Amino acid sequence: MTETTSSAAPPAPAAAEKLKFYGLWIAAAIVLLLLPKMFSSGGSLTTFSLIGISIIFALSYNILLGQTGMLSFGHAVYYGLGGFLVIHAINIIGANKLPIPLPLVPLIGGVTGLLFAVLLGWVSTQRSGTAFAMISLGVAELIASSALILRTFFGGEAGISANRTKVFRLFDWSFGPQIQIYYLVAAWTLLAVIAMYALTRTPLGRMCNAVRDNPERVQFVGYDPHVVRYLAFCFSGFFAGIAGALAAINFEIANSAYLGAVQSGTVLFAAYIGGIGFFIGPIVGAIFVTFLSLGLSDLTQVWQLYFGLIFIAVVLFAPGGITGLLMMHRPLLKAGTFGRVLPSYLIAFVPTLAMLVGLILATEIIVFHAVHSGDDSHIKAFGVPFDAANRYLWALSAVLLIGGYWLARKTWTRVGHAWDEATGSAREKGAVA
Amino acid sequence: MSTAIELRAVEKNFGITSVIRNVSLTVAQGERHALIGPNGAGKSTLFNLISGYMVPSTGSILLRDEVVSGLPPYQINRRGLSRSFQVTNVFANMSVWENLRCAVLWAAGYRYTFWKNIDSLPEVRERTARILSDINLTARRDVPAGLLTYAEQRALEIGITVAGGANVILLDEPTAGMSHAETERAVELIRRLTEGCTLLIVEHDMSVVFGLADRISVLVYGQIIASGTPEEIRGNPKVREAYLGEEVA
Repeated sequence: MTETTSSAAPPAPAAAEKLKFYGLWIAAAIVLLLLPKMFSSGGSLTTFSLIGISIIFALSYNILLGQTGMLSFGHAVYYGLGGFLVIHAINIIGANKLPIPLPLVPLIGGVTGLLFAVLLGWVSTQRSGTAFAMISLGVAELIASSALILRTFFGGEAGISANRTKVFRLFDWSFGPQIQIYYLVAAWTLLAVIAMYALTRTPLGRMCNAVRDNPERVQFVGYDPHVVRYLAFCFSGFFAGIAGALAAINFEIANSAYLGAVQSGTVLFAAYIGGIGFFIGPIVGAIFVTFLSLGLSDLTQVWQLYFGLIFIAVVLFAPGGITGLLMMHRPLLKAGTFGRVLPSYLIAFVPTLAMLVGLILATEIIVFHAVHSGDDSHIKAFGVPFDAANRYLWALSAVLLIGGYWLARKTWTRVGHAWDEATGSAREKGAVA
Repeated sequence: MSTAIELRAVEKNFGITSVIRNVSLTVAQGERHALIGPNGAGKSTLFNLISGYMVPSTGSILLRDEVVSGLPPYQINRRGLSRSFQVTNVFANMSVWENLRCAVLWAAGYRYTFWKNIDSLPEVRERTARILSDINLTARRDVPAGLLTYAEQRALEIGITVAGGANVILLDEPTAGMSHAETERAVELIRRLTEGCTLLIVEHDMSVVFGLADRISVLVYGQIIASGTPEEIRGNPKVREAYLGEEVA
């Protein structure tokens, strides 16, 4: 009896696997430590700090969407309130000379996020699906608009600011220079990521997945899906609050944008584009979206439009997100049949690129004529100067767009065939379940 | 013998349509009780009422002499009643192992625990492994439940139902859509897994019903028209007329 049962259980991870697992976290810590040595400019340190904040926020969002199946349109509420409370806290700590060092202050943001989630979550988590989404939107609008009305607390349009260097110092770290803020954010990012990963591996974490898959059945194995959703919501609020706190510390200001719909939308984008089905997905998404929003805004005026197009493309063609796309290839790589799809990818790449260039060209020309029609028609987008009044360019963009689309469709069908063949032979080799 | 389930004058109306009319039923502890009746007689509704998925319009339902009607499903489940579904109702994106483990957790006392690693709970692991080998899905342990074959999903459905160790088990057409050979295996499985439990089963396959049940109740148009041992039911003229006549003859 014992023999059959122990063979039925999954094998305990081998020592090598455990080493790999812990090695990964240690490697992540070392990378975080060394990053500023490689990219030491103030700009890249700020970028890294923003990425860290964005990673925590996106992962906290995925506790809801990916883990528990709750689509929230108002996650910025907990991020923003965490940020506001932390700005007030820094001012109070500074004014009263309280012995609380800055590295502990994000915890105040976390507790704020948690408290508001405890308060606001009980009703909204009664149902998942549309009801939850609508309530989250309503609560977000309510809090965001009260931020403009309750001036004493939220500071109105201007927001409220604080001086982080006035806080009680430990080991003579003033947290004035960006490098110190980077290390603060990096440490909290690592801690939060580990904590949120650990959460997925607890009984509650697994029941979150069960509620996501089938809330009805959960009731018949002893669990109240409402309580599971509520607890997930509270954890999510806590980590969102930490992210908001770090953002407030980084910028030394909190304003109504922290709580707004754009912030809520961005975190949804980041989590979804990265891939909500994988723990690492929102991390990938946060990195991607942060780079994209910083990079694209330098390259083109209508970067938000491209942002939206990317989101639509991911929803339509890669619902698993970037991580999902990459993970799809794992069985092929394992079975060694990836080589069979690679040529078809390369063939498909050319017309797809042509189509995208045509699309960008057309977009920029249209934007110019719609928005700046009176100005000089020699414009620059993505670093390339061109004349938006040139009729040949109009024709070229149309040809690239339509011809590229037509060819791309054909080549992607070929990718599909190559893909089926490659997975077929991978399955024969037993690499696919 | 003490009673496991008792229904007292239970009625269920949807608007002006009454689906269950004045049903009283007693299932003794340890009894295997089959519920039969034509399609639309209200068998699944009765299951939904007993398991807390629906609340009776009037009347009361008792589980081991305690009133449970009006309680939510999870509370009834915690008192030791577990049910399966006619349409397979599993956690489709999770592996077979995860499915069974989720069904074990509450009964093992882990509830909403978020401070323990799920892989380091030996008793949960042990219990999950036992159910897994009981339902013969060991080879499919890591496959997402949504990718199992129909018969495998039905087996998993039963596995999830019994995994929590409930001693009152409700099975809603566990062999529906199965081939003859699969049905035989399923009956064998049910017999083994519900050893010592009280079993209430809805079933259309008469060979399953007469082979498995100690007692049978016949539900027609929301009313129980007869209740008794298989022999009594077989000989009951009302039953023959209303139901068995057309199916067995």
